[in-house]
Amino acid sequence: MIEGVFFYSALVVMIGAFLALLRVFFGPSVPDRVVGVDTLNTLVVAGMVLLGAAYDRTIYIDIAIVYALLSYIGTLAIAKYLQGGLR
Amino acid sequence: MIEWLLGIFLAIGVFFNLLASVGILRFPDVYTRIHASTKCTTFGTIFIVLAAITYSIYNWRLDGNIRWIVLAIHSALVVIFLVLTNPVGAHAIGRAARKSDIRPYGAVIDELEGYYEL
Repeated sequence: MIEGVFFYSALVVMIGAFLALLRVFFGPSVPDRVVGVDTLNTLVVAGMVLLGAAYDRTIYIDIAIVYALLSYIGTLAIAKYLQGGLR
Repeated sequence: MIEWLLGIFLAIGVFFNLLASVGILRFPDVYTRIHASTKCTTFGTIFIVLAAITYSIYNWRLDGNIRWIVLAIHSALVVIFLVLTNPVGAHAIGRAARKSDIRPYGAVIDELEGYYEL
């Protein structure tokens, strides 16, 4: 019966992810969209932890670890590209 | 009592994650959006993972199954990696935005004026 609160929390986190997606759509400049994607990545990691606790699956939380590290690499690659190459 | 503890942790975490999304929609330029999003999502995810750890330790005390401890340790690894990598990513985005010549909105003083010669 306690698991239900994790599902509701995951629902609210996904509403926040939708609001971050609006910034990706309507961002006026490229770094605005990158900030939206970065927020979306962290919110998806939080949602994966919530759903892993709700379904009692450790494998979802392992996927959250890998997703956190890969989204960090992606953000760094886009930032390196935006500032004009490898400097 | 465990319901109250989980409810408080999840309420703080979800509230701050939602605040980050509202922040990147409401703030005027990219630097203030980075300021809102990275700190609020990191703080909120710390509390969400704290709720997951509390829940798994409570269930481990109930039935003594070792997989609850595995779930708690892996959740702690998520928050360790997130705290280490999230500010560095935000720093990289801000530096790239300043290098691609985006001025801060309504800046009184800008010490990086003309510092990055493109």
